[in-house]
Amino acid sequence: MADDSRATGRIATLLGSIGHHVTDGLLRLGFATRFFLMILLGSGQSFRRLHLTIREIYFAGFQSLLIILVSGLFIGMVLGMQGYETLQRYGSAEALGVLVALSLVRELGPVVAALLFASRAGSSITAEIGLMKATEQLTAMDMMAVDPIARVVAPRFWGGVISMPLLAALFSATGILGGYLIGVVFIGVDEGAFWSQMQASVDFRYDVWSGIVKSFVFGIAVSLIAVFEGYDAQPTAEGVSSSIKSTVVKSALAILALDFVLTSFMFREA
Amino acid sequence: MPAENLVEISSLDFAYEDRPILDGISLQIPRGKVVAIMGGSGCGKTTLLRLIGGQLRPSRGEVLVDGQSVPHLDDEELYALRRRMGMLFQFGALFTDISVFDNVAYQMREHTDLPEELIRDMVLMKLNAVGLRGAHGLMPAELSGGMARRVALARAIALDPMLIMYDEPFAGLDPISLGIIGQLIRRLNDALGATTIMVTHDIQESLLIVDYIYFMSDGKVVALGTPDEIRASQHPFVHQFVFAEADGPVPFHYPAAPLAQELLGRQAHGGR
Repeated sequence: MADDSRATGRIATLLGSIGHHVTDGLLRLGFATRFFLMILLGSGQSFRRLHLTIREIYFAGFQSLLIILVSGLFIGMVLGMQGYETLQRYGSAEALGVLVALSLVRELGPVVAALLFASRAGSSITAEIGLMKATEQLTAMDMMAVDPIARVVAPRFWGGVISMPLLAALFSATGILGGYLIGVVFIGVDEGAFWSQMQASVDFRYDVWSGIVKSFVFGIAVSLIAVFEGYDAQPTAEGVSSSIKSTVVKSALAILALDFVLTSFMFREA
Repeated sequence: MPAENLVEISSLDFAYEDRPILDGISLQIPRGKVVAIMGGSGCGKTTLLRLIGGQLRPSRGEVLVDGQSVPHLDDEELYALRRRMGMLFQFGALFTDISVFDNVAYQMREHTDLPEELIRDMVLMKLNAVGLRGAHGLMPAELSGGMARRVALARAIALDPMLIMYDEPFAGLDPISLGIIGQLIRRLNDALGATTIMVTHDIQESLLIVDYIYFMSDGKVVALGTPDEIRASQHPFVHQFVFAEADGPVPFHYPAAPLAQELLGRQAHGGR
């Protein structure tokens, strides 16, 4: 009898906790959607006073260049080695250029660049906005009749959205260069075949354009998560640290989930 | 003719979710005066300041600033009103990524089309008023606590506001900085023809510079008067505050069960 009531109690607690998590999640989702709309409404200033957005492109985009270019180069070199190893078993080592380019342009470029961007720039955007909140800078701005969403959040959001496709493109370009270095310069795959097969098989609209769309969508997702987590951070040291962690984790999950959805829509004919 | 009171608060209630903070507060801030709102930590003083600035909305009651009902203003009207207010935050809240000069110039650049040379002159004049013209090129991280507070003060008066609000302007300052800030609050108010509301629990410094004091406890106004009236007051709360007594109407202990009961209860629990 006592065991029964204890078990019922536990189930009730479990259900209560699930319910609480669901309502809490829905509430935050609603808040994030409203926040996104507020960013869009407050975006006029980001483009009228372009220097605000350019400054953020510098911090989020330009300052991420090193990690993006070096990672792109290494991933391209690894692709060159692994690709050659597999392709030469089937006697089609000249297709190495196609393999490297398609892997990078369609998948690795947008996805890995976005993951790196989330850890490098997303986390620092969250930290900056979170600390501004914790030190009452956002409240001070609001009290000076300056809207913090228009002045602080929107330029950082657009800075990220604009930087992301450019970084992904540079990631893919250096990756292809890395594949070329390993495949052609070190291993000795025919240079003409490497480039001409790549040129013939990579379609601009089907492959390149899809990669650009992907990286643009990832840019929106990562930038929104980063500014939202910063703006919604608890104004304490622990709160800001937990928001930074959330930005990295949620961005990674969002990028991978969105990649699956986008890929399944974009490459149906494959 | 403008009304005699710049700020009028009547029957104001405010609660954070289920926790009541302000309970039927009514007070008036006359134009041109420096008024202190005093009380222990957590009595709702800062909340009151936020309600006047329109950062929070009351559950009941009225907040009038220069004849405008703050809770009923839309965003645009509220921002228009805030351009005529200056606020000094407890720890300055300076923008840490820009210099002292740019902090003070911030509102001028955001809200006016003044040429940069004129902004430069105005910023240097504001910084001169707080004695920090020579520090205009420093970054906020290079300032001491007292200097940061003075820069924040220069920023708060950047657009010559009609109402200046201070949230704990004396917190964490050494005696010299404390005296300087106190004198500045009085001098700037009189020079600008502004009205000042100062939320603080520093009684001795406040008695020297203010025209009027409201005492708050548990979300209510419990005493009020001029500095002389406050010094002479026999009200138990004011007496405890002015003479910094550990116990009185504001209890030393946070509410708890009687000590004996708690100790015995634990013994019984721990004894098993």
